Amino acid sequence: MSEPRSQEGVGARLPRKEDDRLMRGRGQFIADIRMAGMQDVAFVRSPLAHARIRAIHVPEDLKGRVFTAADLDGVKPIRAVSGLPGFKVSEQPVLATGKVRQVGELIAMCVADTRAEAEDMAARVELDLEELPALHDMLDARKPGATLVHEHWGDNVFLESLVNINIEAAFDAPVKVSRTISTARQCMAPIEGRGTVVHFDHRSDQLVVHTASQMPHIVRSGLSECLGLEEGQIRIISPDVGGGFGYKAILLSEDVCLGWLTRKIGRPLRWLEDRREHLTASANCREHHYEITLYAERDGTLRGIDCEASVDSGAYSAYPFSACLEAAQVASILPGPYDFPSYRCRTWSVATNKCPILPYRGVARTGVCFALEVALDALAAELGLAPEVVRLKNLVRPEQMPFDNITNKHFDSGNYPEALRQALDAIKADAVRKRQLAGEPDGRRIGLGLSIYCEQAAHGTSVYSGWGIPMVPGHEQAGARLTPDGGLELRIGAHSHGQGLETTLAQVAHEILGMPVARTRLVHGDTAMTPYSTGSWGSRVMVMAGGAVATACTELAERIRRIGAHMLQARPEDVRLEAGRVVGPSGDVTIQQVAHTWYRRPQDLPADVDPHGLEVTAGYKPVRDSGTFSYAAHAVVVAVDPDLGEVEILDYAIVEDGGTLVNPMVVDGQIIGGLAQGIGTALYEEMAFDASGQPLASTLADYLLPGAPEVPMPFIGHMETPSPYTKFGVKGIGEGGAIAPPAAIANAINDALRPLGAEMLRAPVTPRRIVEQVLAVRAGERSAA
Amino acid sequence: MKPAPFRIERPRTIADAVALLASGGDGAKVMAGGQSLGPMLNLRLATPDLIVDLSGIDDLRTVREEAGHIIYGALVTHADVEDGRAPDVGTNILRRVAGGIAYRAVRNRGTMGGSLSHADPAADWVNALSVLGAEVEIAGPAGERRLPMGAFLAGALATALEPGEILVAVRVPKVPATARFGYVKHCRKVGEFAHAIGAVLIDPATGTGRALMGAIDAPPLVFADAATLFGSRIDAGFASRFDASAANAALVAAGLTDAVDRHVHVEVLRRAVTQAASLFTDTRSAA
Repeated sequence: MSEPRSQEGVGARLPRKEDDRLMRGRGQFIADIRMAGMQDVAFVRSPLAHARIRAIHVPEDLKGRVFTAADLDGVKPIRAVSGLPGFKVSEQPVLATGKVRQVGELIAMCVADTRAEAEDMAARVELDLEELPALHDMLDARKPGATLVHEHWGDNVFLESLVNINIEAAFDAPVKVSRTISTARQCMAPIEGRGTVVHFDHRSDQLVVHTASQMPHIVRSGLSECLGLEEGQIRIISPDVGGGFGYKAILLSEDVCLGWLTRKIGRPLRWLEDRREHLTASANCREHHYEITLYAERDGTLRGIDCEASVDSGAYSAYPFSACLEAAQVASILPGPYDFPSYRCRTWSVATNKCPILPYRGVARTGVCFALEVALDALAAELGLAPEVVRLKNLVRPEQMPFDNITNKHFDSGNYPEALRQALDAIKADAVRKRQLAGEPDGRRIGLGLSIYCEQAAHGTSVYSGWGIPMVPGHEQAGARLTPDGGLELRIGAHSHGQGLETTLAQVAHEILGMPVARTRLVHGDTAMTPYSTGSWGSRVMVMAGGAVATACTELAERIRRIGAHMLQARPEDVRLEAGRVVGPSGDVTIQQVAHTWYRRPQDLPADVDPHGLEVTAGYKPVRDSGTFSYAAHAVVVAVDPDLGEVEILDYAIVEDGGTLVNPMVVDGQIIGGLAQGIGTALYEEMAFDASGQPLASTLADYLLPGAPEVPMPFIGHMETPSPYTKFGVKGIGEGGAIAPPAAIANAINDALRPLGAEMLRAPVTPRRIVEQVLAVRAGERSAA
Repeated sequence: MKPAPFRIERPRTIADAVALLASGGDGAKVMAGGQSLGPMLNLRLATPDLIVDLSGIDDLRTVREEAGHIIYGALVTHADVEDGRAPDVGTNILRRVAGGIAYRAVRNRGTMGGSLSHADPAADWVNALSVLGAEVEIAGPAGERRLPMGAFLAGALATALEPGEILVAVRVPKVPATARFGYVKHCRKVGEFAHAIGAVLIDPATGTGRALMGAIDAPPLVFADAATLFGSRIDAGFASRFDASAANAALVAAGLTDAVDRHVHVEVLRRAVTQAASLFTDTRSAA
């Protein structure tokens, strides 16, 4: 592990600067914004999952305060296309036209002085709907003759994909294990919901949109396309964001509606998503179904993996990631960190009458990891081998790095077997297995579960250009400038939604300039003040914006050094920048003195001074843009009560490798937060629908999230294998914490229940599902006896 | 979601509250701690014209003791009981139940009377006070009356309260020193409403006991004489004779058709029995 070179630079466990305001309740979120004359908007939403709209009756006295699609002159539907061959385009009208395709779809917007009054108005709008059969099951939706979500498609498949790499060669393997594995539809649950406050600023001729967004520049492009405004006529300001996880990467119809309406009525407007809207109408994610077969030798060596995977993409393609990103990604990332010779994966992105599926922390990886790691445990059980034995047989080895896997993913560095071994040590696997044999006095059963994953992060142009979606990341840019009093301002186009960027990017700057973190400010979350960026997604910001900040600061350092040399009456080649000072052969000056001279005493500088001054915008890409590969091994011990199905996590160990860590404390926070979400996927979170497509959870009493008592404090071990391709060797780690837990926990539960004959293959593993299986096995034994 | 418009009144006396309620008819709703009504208002599942807020009535906060009973004012909060500001009917009986209700923020505001009046079958007070044999005191336009819990709970989210009536107090019998209380609930996470509740109050000294299975989408299934669950007699060895089939048969008779649900309910009751038995320090020697 590399020692930090200073107290505040790369590698320092620095408390987060932003926490001073956030922990005191002084953050400024969307709901904190007030504007004179601001009105609230409430939406009339579809009560049905699939229906033709016969008529919308707006009471006479509400005319001019309630608006429907018929009023939206010049507004285009949201189109999130993909360039992948065969992709079928959905057009999502921002207010429904013709028919509604999901519960919660927007039909009309109502504007009033308060949200309560706007909701009163919404309640008086009468809908005349002709109910159509609704698709709530993606497997049914793929069958011939199914109701069509988009009639002109002819079927309900956004995109079908197939990868086949010599699967036939695996068919003669001596062992074949097949399983049907699935993950439930979930709802991302940032503490803060979505929200938008808009007004039109006539002086700047700009629609000013305050919105809780991870990707302000992408929202601007999307809004521009839908509203028919020049991009320069739109300014997106994203204030403090209370968690995003992917949900706040999406352009919502609500944003477009408010952007149109504020110009129509000439007043500032606000829409704050409430938890019911959030749960039932929007933030859905994760629903995967796998038919997976592993072919192997008797010693556990994998010969091949054959898989059919479906993802329930919902009714529309969400902007900008599209409806097929997730399923098509499944095919390319299912092999995970394993090296094997034969592979086939067919995927379907299926349209149903449910909310669009949105990318949630880990995106397809959580489902893929669940499917493969749970299947690997089934294989290990079939072979009578310990789960780590099968994994160690097949994991990519350190001497293979850099490694191109079967789907041409380029692994930059790492030692995966070592991470697994360290995780087994940390969880004390031997002791756990002894305890397991001894049995528990309370009748519960102990289980040990493992999972391991790799996370491609900060993947860039070469990866995304092939998807053909509305955005492709290129060079990431950052601005760095000294203020006249010698402080530092950094500008980035990505946005923090809780990651601590104000601290970590200041640490990067400190590493180059020696500038105290306290004197560095991060300007972000405003398209008017920051360079273009695709934003915060794909675990990319530390790699991309971090690299850009380092590049800009390096150029700034050079300019500081040259001015400093002049002030020291030394040759430029004889001075160096060190700990915030320009040091020459016979003296030194501070960065503050350099800034003061440049801005306030230019008369002291020579005529031929570099006119570019102390403000730099620089661009950055890693040496290779195929992404960094961070990874982790998770090991967990659970106690399962077979009669009630209750699961208690007794111990949890994570050994991760995120390359060089800029701030290990921030990384720990990311991992613990991800773990909490992974525990939610594993045991609690499920957005269920009934046969008519009605979502069955509309409050957090029905949609269960893990709370503090359900989340253990994990052991976290860091390996730090630098990436050879990035500045400082950093790798993206933002999503990893949420990827491995569902598989590890399900494997632990299965380890506990295997002697009883039960095997849990669907997340979340609920008490009900456990008891059902345990009782079914018991009943089978009774009838057999 | 924000509530539909309503009028709110905050009377100072029970009589005024009753009069206000009567004037409001079907469109009036009582609010105590607001922990259930508040969300229902926001979700517009409840759209009353008038809310009678009881929080200004000091008489409803009092606790008084009579021979053999403690009478809790309807506005005594879960936290009052949890923290010991309100006396317990035995050693760590109600206090333990109170500490397990939802989350502390809910316990700070939620009230015993409000919880019973809301009559959620999965609520702790609904079940704990039923097994303890409590009665409720009711004030209304026609004067005061008392009902045992079994008569008060009319269904899921339904009570015997007539229009204009308010639950003003809960009379809970004191628990004899020779009795033990077992209370177990099955939740998927801390603070969640229970999916099954099992409770017993067993007194081998007198050979008597009550038992209950709750959170069955209906008022709890109460065994006023729990001996039927223990081979017709209650003595120190009761726990070893727990008759799961008798409990299961009662659930079948109550209309629970799902075998998995019944298994869980019986299992939770079994654990309440085991818990109560473990509290007798001399269980083994007595057995």
